[in-house]
Amino acid sequence: MDDLIKYAPALFDGFMENVKLSLMCGVLSLVLGTILVSMRVSPTPVLRAAGTVYVNVVRNTPLTLVLAFSALGLSDTLGLAFSDKPSSNSFWLVVLGLSIYTAAFVCEALRSGINTVPLGQAEAARAIGLTFLQSLRLIILPQAFRAVIAPLGSVMIAMIKNTTVAIAGGYLAESAFVMKDTFDDTGVSIPIFLGLVLAFMAVTLPVGFLTGWLARRLAVAR
Amino acid sequence: MSSASVLFDAPGPRARARNALYTVAGLAAIIAILYFIYVKFDEKKQWEGRIWQPFLEPDTWTTHILPGLLGTLQAAALAAVLALVFGAVFGLARLSDHAWVRIPAGVVVEVFRAIPLLLLIFFIFYLAPSVMGGGDYAFMAVVAGLTLYNGSVLAEVVRAGVLAVPRGQSEAAYAIGLRKNQVMRMVLLPQAVTAMMPAIVSQLVVLLKDTALGYIIAYVDLLNTGFKILPAVFFGSLIPAAIVIGVIYVGLNMALSALATWLEKRSRRSRKTAARPIAPPGAAAAEGASGIGAAVD
Repeated sequence: MDDLIKYAPALFDGFMENVKLSLMCGVLSLVLGTILVSMRVSPTPVLRAAGTVYVNVVRNTPLTLVLAFSALGLSDTLGLAFSDKPSSNSFWLVVLGLSIYTAAFVCEALRSGINTVPLGQAEAARAIGLTFLQSLRLIILPQAFRAVIAPLGSVMIAMIKNTTVAIAGGYLAESAFVMKDTFDDTGVSIPIFLGLVLAFMAVTLPVGFLTGWLARRLAVAR
Repeated sequence: MSSASVLFDAPGPRARARNALYTVAGLAAIIAILYFIYVKFDEKKQWEGRIWQPFLEPDTWTTHILPGLLGTLQAAALAAVLALVFGAVFGLARLSDHAWVRIPAGVVVEVFRAIPLLLLIFFIFYLAPSVMGGGDYAFMAVVAGLTLYNGSVLAEVVRAGVLAVPRGQSEAAYAIGLRKNQVMRMVLLPQAVTAMMPAIVSQLVVLLKDTALGYIIAYVDLLNTGFKILPAVFFGSLIPAAIVIGVIYVGLNMALSALATWLEKRSRRSRKTAARPIAPPGAAAAEGASGIGAAVD
């Protein structure tokens, strides 16, 4: 218990980094996932194929490889830089890698949502003369989003837990690294581990409840 | 019914013109991206034969890549077996009629599902030496972490699978005089296994992918030998190494995913079970959605 109290400020700072990563990746992956799903259902075979290849490749690659590649490959070898400060550079590299990874799962969740929209909706949209992009934006996606709030919640929870893998992307400030660092210092400490687990649960459980509640509230009545 | 045809049908002349425009614009964008990557690679001399050469030598494969792949597969295979056992035990315990079995099992499953896997692996990795004395516990930490996390997810799959068997099945079984464990063993489980097979295989893809977390605690897996050791031996081959081992990971996982899809189709047709295949964990898509999707991780 003493260890937990002694290292609490460092652990808290580390956990806040996880929260920051989660917020950035949450927004970026939802945007990227929506673009991807629009490609995957588009009337253009080229875009459909590109979307499918992206999802299948990214979804089947370990996140550790994605993040390690963004740090060692994109940044060190190919010279991609977001910032001159190494710590904020690796922060954005992790955001990039984790968003690219999570977007594939967002895309798949949304696609299963599109499958729940009755055919009549799209037919009616076409009948009143909407183009593909209009019917997607005005008719299909709003209903698809409401159908997959709960699965998207699961994707976001997985993403929040995945922020701990940031260590593989060379971002050495978040809580998994801080925990490892303290363990290196003082040996294993059960209270520190449990404290971090509770901190993560304090974020993921409300996300689960909130998305579950929203899913019920916003369900499309048919 | 593919999702694509929901949004459009045979296009008229104007829609055809618009689609042609989308195609050209999309193609241009993709070519631009690929060309950009090509140019950037070229600038940093990533197309030089020298750095790709090692992957044509059999030695590279036998001393680096294959042993790493073996490490990955060993960890994945052992963790898969243990996770299945863990999942079966805790999944059935959660269905128990006795609250003193059901509630603790539920707590264990929910807690291990909520812990970020890397934290769990770190914790086991650092806990093991202080409990069991010195030694290399990387393998054990990876396998134990994967087992506890994926086992908990599989416990939910098992529970959902048993609950997916229509009530009439167990009622009929009780009516002909079977006992509780006979109903479970002879009627519910055989049908549930067929229904949960695709979800189990999808979760095994997640497990196989997550073995790569071992890289962080220096377990000798494919990512470690291929992405840390190999580029250190053949200086400059980092990007080719990432591409080669990426292809191996994607190939392995896509083969497993294909197996899941095939199993799902088979179990949808199957007359051996009254239960419909259950959705993989986390991908519990809205009702009415077709296709099984993949487990979320």
